[in-house]
Amino acid sequence: MHLWENIQLALEGLRANKMRSLLTMLGIIIGIGAVIGIVTVGDSMTAAVTGEMAGLGVSNITVRVDPRGGGGTMGAMTDVMGGSQAIPQEHDLITNEMIERFVEFYPNEIRAVGLQSPAGIGQVESGRLSSNINLMGVNAGYGITGGVNMLDGSFIGDGDVASRRFVAVVSDIMVANIFPDGTNPLNQEIRVAIGNRIETFIVMGVFEHTTLLPPFVGGNAVNPNARTNLYIPISTANFISGNSNAHQNFTVMVQPHVNVSEFTSTTTRFFNSFYNDNPRFRVGGLPMDRVLSITETVMDTISIAVAVIAGISLIVGGVGVMNIMLVSVTERTREIGTRKALGARNSSIRAQFIVEAVIICAIGGILGVGLGFGLGYIGSTLLGQPTMPTVFIIVVAVLFSMIIGLFFGYYPANKAAKLDPIEALRYE
Amino acid sequence: MPVIKMQNINKKFYIGLPNELHILKDISFSVDEGEFVSIIGPSGSGKSTLMNLIGALDVPTTGSYVLDGVDVSTLSDNKLSDIRNQKIGFIFQTFNLIPRSTALRNVELPMLYGGLTAAERNKRAKELLQIVEMSDRGTHRPSELSGGQKQRVAIARAMANDPAILLADEPTGALDSTTGRLVMDIFHNLHKKHNKTIILITHNQNLAAETQRIITLHDGEIISNKRNQSKKRQKLVKGD
Repeated sequence: MHLWENIQLALEGLRANKMRSLLTMLGIIIGIGAVIGIVTVGDSMTAAVTGEMAGLGVSNITVRVDPRGGGGTMGAMTDVMGGSQAIPQEHDLITNEMIERFVEFYPNEIRAVGLQSPAGIGQVESGRLSSNINLMGVNAGYGITGGVNMLDGSFIGDGDVASRRFVAVVSDIMVANIFPDGTNPLNQEIRVAIGNRIETFIVMGVFEHTTLLPPFVGGNAVNPNARTNLYIPISTANFISGNSNAHQNFTVMVQPHVNVSEFTSTTTRFFNSFYNDNPRFRVGGLPMDRVLSITETVMDTISIAVAVIAGISLIVGGVGVMNIMLVSVTERTREIGTRKALGARNSSIRAQFIVEAVIICAIGGILGVGLGFGLGYIGSTLLGQPTMPTVFIIVVAVLFSMIIGLFFGYYPANKAAKLDPIEALRYE
Repeated sequence: MPVIKMQNINKKFYIGLPNELHILKDISFSVDEGEFVSIIGPSGSGKSTLMNLIGALDVPTTGSYVLDGVDVSTLSDNKLSDIRNQKIGFIFQTFNLIPRSTALRNVELPMLYGGLTAAERNKRAKELLQIVEMSDRGTHRPSELSGGQKQRVAIARAMANDPAILLADEPTGALDSTTGRLVMDIFHNLHKKHNKTIILITHNQNLAAETQRIITLHDGEIISNKRNQSKKRQKLVKGD
């Protein structure tokens, strides 16, 4: 009854006790703010990661040597995520010959095979200038499977690998660091300090540096200190590092018409024919779209965990509201008695206090949305993917905080409603 | 036609327990429409309990209480609320205005619970404030009013739903003698000019001496109930 009057009354009450009202709301504000902020950042992160991964191509298949018994999908997953497992020996690895036969066997299905061999981290040095790099041996196919976006020159070619040339494809960031005067880097000689040796390469191409890592973890595209890849022929890289020419893993990109899942099985079968006699290792394949969906599942799980934590903080906020409402009922015992003497029914008193609790929580919720908006914007901007919370989540957040008010306001309101008017009028 | 008719009212507390209290014993009396009656008695005489019964804040243990044609003694909580709202105008010793609301909104309150529209409430509340000569204080909060002003607002509030009786509990108890006098004058004015039925509960003999009839309670029993023939009353009547 008298909803509008009750709302006015509640607002009068809040105005009369500004500081207390704000402190009461704080739990709700922080709870709702955290939910909105974290969900926004989570959306932004999901968008960034899946966007990057989709950019790498959902038609990619990661092939790797896995330990028998266990591993499998999750083994491939940890590899994608940068983990490591039991280390295969030289004779357990996939050889270039196997890959060549694979490519010959499925000429119509395979678009490219990407090989890579890390050769360590170091710096490109030029006088007092330097740029952090990650020396990475690759084959020609890596340019396609890795989605390398060339800005100038050309990527490593088959001939460069075959002849073990000392050529390099460098990032735009390295170019900016080493050639600040705007010299055309193509065909320039660069000196790379790797471990305790110096190697010299001729620049043959420039690519655009992109990163899966959020900028604040050190991958910002405009961060001059970022460690960027420096691609050289895989044969040259193995020569420098002494690494095996065989592979623990590589990437296959299929032609657009090929069913990725089916071809993953085909690929796995093909390579496992070489591993029938190997008691410790086998070959596993993981299509990129699976990685994508696994990533999304992981993100969803994180979101649920966050929602649970936020839910707990909202319950704590709700208990705070209940506490202050109980104090308020006690303080206003005489007022309640007066209202009853003037003809207020129990239900009117109950409605008055419930509306007050709901209003406190609703205002807290709205302020919380504002806070979450700000936090989410800052967070997602830092992630390089500014994201706004959806209207849906804002409405849900405010409604949810109102439900908290209803839930935690009911007990104090009912206590007020059940006060004996005679006792209440006599209360000092 | 009596507005209040109480017959053989008994009120007991802690019924059946060793500390059972028998506060009101076989109370019977009636009040006619337009009467100005006082109920007096020392503290502990059962005055407050009787007031709670008259004001429909409580129901008797036994006996019947008919208020303005309605038997109140057996009503439910909600019905009692409605009776208080429509038929009784409370005036308290400590005013009991809602501190956060303006004088006008305080006067509107019983009409709000009575279901009047905002426009009706506002119009009537302004008229009532005029009767108690508080029109210019409508927007003030209780903390901005003096004791006498507060009690005048409270009287206006008591009359909001044009109740059958005004029930005043020590209305001048918290006021100095001058403002107390002012409040009593308002009661006389309401009684004479607006034909209000007023029941004044007090322990103050001097105030009781101004009313038409005095009911005296002692130890839960009515020991006297007679027309007031005091000189003070004669003087008041003559002064009309």
